[in-house]
Amino acid sequence: MNGLWAILLKEFAHIRREPITLFFAFFVPVLQLTIFGYAINTTIDDIRTVVYDLDGREAGRELVAAFENSRKFKVVGRVHDQGSFDYALASGRAKVGIKIPPDYSDRLLRGQQATVQVLIDGSDSQVATTAMNGAALLGLMQSLGRGRALAESVQLAAARDPAGRPALPIEVRPRLLYNPDLKSAHFFVPGLIGIIMQLVTLFLTSFAIVRERELGTLEQLFVTPVGRAGLLIGKLIPYAIIGFVETLIVLVVMVFIFGVPIRGELVLLLGLCLLFLFTALGLGLLVSTLAKTQLQAIQFAFLIMMPSILLSGFVFPREAMPAPIYWISFAIPVTYFLEILRGIILRAATLPDLLPHVMGLAVCCTAILTLSIARFRKQLD
Amino acid sequence: MTGPGADAPVIEADHLTRRFGHVVAVHEVSFTVPRAAIYGFLGPNGSGKSTVIRVLCGVLRPSGGRGAVLGHDVEREAEAIKRRIGYMSQKFSLYADLSVEENLDFYGRIYGLSRARVRQRKKELFDLTGIGPFAPRLARQLSGGWKQRLALACALIHEPDVLFLDEPTAGIDPVARRELWDLLFALSGRGVTLFVTTHYMDEAERCTHVGYIYLSRLIVHGRPADLKQLENVTPAETRRLEIICPQPAVTLPRLRAVTGVRDATLFGEAVHVLVDHTVDDAALVAASGHAPVTVALRPIAPSLEDVFVTLSRQEARRRAS
Repeated sequence: MNGLWAILLKEFAHIRREPITLFFAFFVPVLQLTIFGYAINTTIDDIRTVVYDLDGREAGRELVAAFENSRKFKVVGRVHDQGSFDYALASGRAKVGIKIPPDYSDRLLRGQQATVQVLIDGSDSQVATTAMNGAALLGLMQSLGRGRALAESVQLAAARDPAGRPALPIEVRPRLLYNPDLKSAHFFVPGLIGIIMQLVTLFLTSFAIVRERELGTLEQLFVTPVGRAGLLIGKLIPYAIIGFVETLIVLVVMVFIFGVPIRGELVLLLGLCLLFLFTALGLGLLVSTLAKTQLQAIQFAFLIMMPSILLSGFVFPREAMPAPIYWISFAIPVTYFLEILRGIILRAATLPDLLPHVMGLAVCCTAILTLSIARFRKQLD
Repeated sequence: MTGPGADAPVIEADHLTRRFGHVVAVHEVSFTVPRAAIYGFLGPNGSGKSTVIRVLCGVLRPSGGRGAVLGHDVEREAEAIKRRIGYMSQKFSLYADLSVEENLDFYGRIYGLSRARVRQRKKELFDLTGIGPFAPRLARQLSGGWKQRLALACALIHEPDVLFLDEPTAGIDPVARRELWDLLFALSGRGVTLFVTTHYMDEAERCTHVGYIYLSRLIVHGRPADLKQLENVTPAETRRLEIICPQPAVTLPRLRAVTGVRDATLFGEAVHVLVDHTVDDAALVAASGHAPVTVALRPIAPSLEDVFVTLSRQEARRRAS
């Protein structure tokens, strides 16, 4: 522990001399959280839709109105020939095209099945899936409505509600727990906290050491009797403090700007944030033992950040990943931390609920810290 | 003093070798440095000077052989060595964003000096190096010479017994260079052993001992005066002459063409030659192509540069064959 105090004081002096470090550590994450928190919205509404109505009568207009009333679709234009219809989709002006055949009303009146063609641009899979489900559900509801009207007229119904009105034979009543309004922010913002914590800590820590290596001051330190532990801990503590303060700031932003309340225990949350912080510091240290220059450090840090963002379940659900990738995601510390964050913040999960994830994170933390401390030597090579 | 007695060498290298992959940076280098010596370590760029210093300071492991500083083995007792040595690297490696005083405070704390001791040492070092008036200034704002003084002051904060300096005068002006050497002499006078690498021959002449490393091997070491007497620098059947003549640059190739002239080098207004005894003065004057009255010859002792140039050529020939 030789020299711990000296290193610590020096690190704070560096930070004092370069307050921009604090700007990047505190302000930028808040900015990122705000921007991403608002930008990432998976609820898809108002899909641009073009209508090619060859029927033009009451029934056709009702159908188009039903599409619009679902809020999923927004009619941006009506076309009157096949060429314009195709062009509207090909040019991207519309994502969905509804083509109503000329005999639509006639067939409905005659009690025959009428076919409505709905073309969907599949290039954006999320939008396409929403459009497809929306259109299918709409067709089903329209059909049911007609069926019910018919049942009414012949005084026959598959089932009736307590008031005696015809009703669906089976009623499924879904109830959304934890995020009843299905707000994207509730899902993304807690995850974003984990990603931002890792991003800032990883970069600050690896830079703090690699910069000294690049400037030659690390070599100068190696020639002194400073202890390995003193050097390491003295280097890490300031960034651990910055990381923790930043965690508090982003939590405040989450609660007061995004209105995502912390349902679980704050102490448990902060404790596990600390565990993750040490893991991120370990990753930063690991990068600093691998990189000789700050440029290399950036590249290594990105190498670690990419899977943390893409494979941890932050953006894409891990359940949807192919098996090998799914297994890889267990080696990413953020994976566990995201489960912990969402668990405590959204579901009021307790420590026993989260035990597997906490254990996973603890194992990652121990492994990364052990590896990086073992790799860090008071030697040049 | 712990360990060896006062006569024991302060630095010992015994067949010290360091490889980087397949590259041998230092090959079986052996020498000793006595207490309070100023040991000048010379050699071309990339010959392994810095590597030797780093191995002796305990930041690079030797690949073979043995090294010891103050009786401590460089491999097993590196931390014991680090308490008692100071090191000034080739490149300025203090914290540019800290002030002169903060840098000194930092190193004082690193060496575990008490607050009162740091204060006292700072005062002493301010007196020694004259950097006191710049104490509140940031290190990055200092000029090259003052940066070197600050680096020296930081390396001396814990009163080391041995000071390693890797090209301390590279890139600083002649006045600052002279002043830095005056400081080094003062330290040597206090019993500090100095190990200095340099490119400058005039600096080598000031050292009590010199070693010359060429292509990772130490080819000669000893006191400068002894090296100049070396048999293979000025072999028995040869003599060294200084030839003062007009247009020495033009004369040089003419002299080199004479059989029996083993070596000829330009030295300012003169040419230094190493010639066989079979070649007499008249032959050299004739070969110079100038009127005899304009040419003056006198016998000279070899300079250290002559020693090193002659020996590296011999070494290069020996390795080529």
